[in-house]
Amino acid sequence: MSADSIRETVTKIYEDINSQSLEKGDVLINTLHAIQDHYGNFIPIEAAEVLKELTGTPLSKIYEVLTFYTMFSTHRRGKYVIRICKSLPCHVTGGQEVVDALKNSLEISFGETTGDGLFTLEETSCLGLCGVSPVMMINDEAYGNLTKERVSEIIDSIVSRERGE
Amino acid sequence: MPAVENTVLICAGGACISAGEKSVKEVFEDTLKKYSLETVVRVVETGCMGACDLGPILVIYPEGVFYQKVNAENAAQIVEEHILKGRVVERLLYKGDTGELKTKPQEELPFFTEQVKIATRNLGVIDPLSIDEYIARDGYFALHKALFEIGPEKVLETLKKSELKGRGGAGFPTWMKWDFTRKAQGDTKYIICNADEGDPGAFMDRAVLEGDPHTIVEAMTIAAYTVGAQKGFVYVRAEYPLAIERLTFAMEKAREYGLLGNNILGTDFSFDLEIRIGAGAFVCGEETALINSIEGKRGIPRVKPPFPANKGLWGKPTLLNNVETYANIPPIIINGGEWFSQYGVEGSKGTKVFALAGNVKNTGLVEVPMGITVRKLIYDIGGGIPGGKRLKSIQTGGPSGGCIPLEHLDTPITYDNLKKLGTIVGSGGMVVMDEDSCMVDVAKYFLEFTVEESCGQCTPCRDGTRRMLEILERITEGEGTMEDLDLLKELGENIMATSLCGLGQTAPQPVLSTMRYFWHEYEAHVLEKKCPAKRCKPLMRVVIDKDKCVGCTACARVCPVNAISGAVRKPHEIDPEICTRCGSCLAVCRFNAISKVSP
Ligand SMILES: Cc1cc2nc3c(=O)[nH]c(=O)nc-3n(C[C@H](O)[C@H](O)[C@H](O)COP(=O)(O)O)c2cc1C
Ligand code: SF4
Ligand code: SF4
Ligand code: FES
Ligand code: FES
Repeated sequence: MSADSIRETVTKIYEDINSQSLEKGDVLINTLHAIQDHYGNFIPIEAAEVLKELTGTPLSKIYEVLTFYTMFSTHRRGKYVIRICKSLPCHVTGGQEVVDALKNSLEISFGETTGDGLFTLEETSCLGLCGVSPVMMINDEAYGNLTKERVSEIIDSIVSRERGE
Repeated sequence: MPAVENTVLICAGGACISAGEKSVKEVFEDTLKKYSLETVVRVVETGCMGACDLGPILVIYPEGVFYQKVNAENAAQIVEEHILKGRVVERLLYKGDTGELKTKPQEELPFFTEQVKIATRNLGVIDPLSIDEYIARDGYFALHKALFEIGPEKVLETLKKSELKGRGGAGFPTWMKWDFTRKAQGDTKYIICNADEGDPGAFMDRAVLEGDPHTIVEAMTIAAYTVGAQKGFVYVRAEYPLAIERLTFAMEKAREYGLLGNNILGTDFSFDLEIRIGAGAFVCGEETALINSIEGKRGIPRVKPPFPANKGLWGKPTLLNNVETYANIPPIIINGGEWFSQYGVEGSKGTKVFALAGNVKNTGLVEVPMGITVRKLIYDIGGGIPGGKRLKSIQTGGPSGGCIPLEHLDTPITYDNLKKLGTIVGSGGMVVMDEDSCMVDVAKYFLEFTVEESCGQCTPCRDGTRRMLEILERITEGEGTMEDLDLLKELGENIMATSLCGLGQTAPQPVLSTMRYFWHEYEAHVLEKKCPAKRCKPLMRVVIDKDKCVGCTACARVCPVNAISGAVRKPHEIDPEICTRCGSCLAVCRFNAISKVSP
């Protein structure tokens, strides 16, 4: 990932989003989402510099935004970001057990990535799926009615799919 | 083309999808193809049907047979038995309390029959991707009526008569907001929909966006016409990708049909919408923080006044409402204000969508007239508490709210009544907790949330909540003192009085409310070093009853930390120094020999 390719990619993403927007400018957050999706779960720090030039926003403001929102990460994360819900409805229906099971089977804690670069474990507040709590999301996919067993099944099936490829 | 003989509705709400709906649909359609039935059976994916705990749900018409907890394995069987042979698959029917089969629970169970669906009228009924189905259910009629029959003044009058109040938490009269924005000076005005739904335990906005996105497009367009706005933004949290996808699709279709964009319905009124996505900050649900976030900044709340109606997005007059609030607008315009206000009670008119979550049998969404009692909502509609447990309390209003204890179960749910009890209706999340929940732990849980989510702008909110959390941690570890309890109260009241936005102003509520109703639990933690619910790990132990243990070794085999010792067929023992209180052994002992004790 060279500085030039980042410049090119970020510029294109920004221009696309800006041209589609009802109000030009001020599309920093949507742009950051798109950059993160493009690089798969993280934003290369060099992107900030490019965005500064494109938008005229001071670098400090861009960093402020990057750090304020928990969904943005400037560190490379796993191919699969697991977000486990830590809100009350999931907690009172056995969420803690599921959290423990996840930590045990991945052998990582919150904020960490597995050695093979496959999984990053994060906590999230309510995902709006409390009807089937406990709940987690893996990238954009949600999984409900979690139990220790279902968690292992889901992780195992991703791992074997990845090994198979 | 052969005539369609069966229509099959599959719930494709977020909860059912997360429970496996996609593979159910795939197998179902493959099996239809296998028997060449794909042209006579129409499969429609709908939004949330409400009864999420029964999902994935599949309803077969014309009969209306309701199948629950369908999975990839038995989806084929429904085709082979029900569709091909006309035989109902009993195994997948809903079973009542005494085990009796119910073919059509949607026509029998209070969970369904007690509901009055206005905001959620189309959920689980139409295909959210089909604008034609929306139109067939009177969709965009309200927009037409506003534009061609009644005009902006009458729209306002109708809203006023309806007495609709904001469903996003604060409960401010909707017509007044619309009126302020209409009267505000300025040529450029904006409409915003708050779809940042962050209250833990609330999921009605998600369901509306996913199950009936056109209602939001229509309502926002009516709002724009009424207040004189040209552009609108829907601020959706990034955790709701499906909602974003379906809303985007709905907006495209609406533009295609001339219902959004330039010259709507051939008039000279133009209005367009755009989606802006959140990025995981709860405080962005606060209206001024949300406005900052749309502007591409950190989502920190602004000082009010000025209110958004006068100085909002990019400093222009802005009307901001919640998803559920908007979803009520089209039917109110069509049927009239009095029609809406016939439901509900004085001061709290119309219906409200409640999300039932936690330890309640029927988790999911229900829309009922306001003024219903808590008891009716939890027991008749919610089906009571599962697993033979006893109800302890109901948390409402998320981190800004408080709890309703048993002694107030007969309270009719209104804005005023809940306020008197020290909580709020909020966005309508109802987290039901059984006897196994520790109320000190619950309070601590909410404070962890607030500490995490405070934007950090105000010292009392940033540091004060952290201090409250530290105290609660001490208490749940058995290190608390009675002075700590006084300090908690004092800190709480101080934070509420001196914070800038609603987050800080209400953050201590869950603590103060549980202290008010469950003082004895706080005392037990402090004075007796005891957690009555046996939830706080430092205050409880897991023990094996020597007289009941037969030495089967089942517990020793599941213990992840090897805390259990004992010879085969001899009573086993747990080393409290090693045991992490994970509870795994409790679940596997078939002789009921293991239990939690406190202290
Ligand atoms: C910390 C905080 C979080 C909020 N979160 C939401 C939210 O997620 N959704 C929402 O509609 N309103 C939320 N609100 C309330 C909004 O500020 C605002 O009152 C509401 O969206 C107005 O819409 P309504 O009048 O239709 O209810 C929140 C308020 C605070 C203080
Ligand atoms: S009360 Fe808390 S969340 Fe609200 S503005 Fe102040 S610091 Fe931020
Ligand atoms: S509670 Fe968990 S750690 Fe403790 S003895 Fe049982 S299985 Fe082992
Ligand atoms: S609390 Fe976990 S999804 Fe709502
Ligand atoms: S998502 Fe299917 S019933 Fe709620």
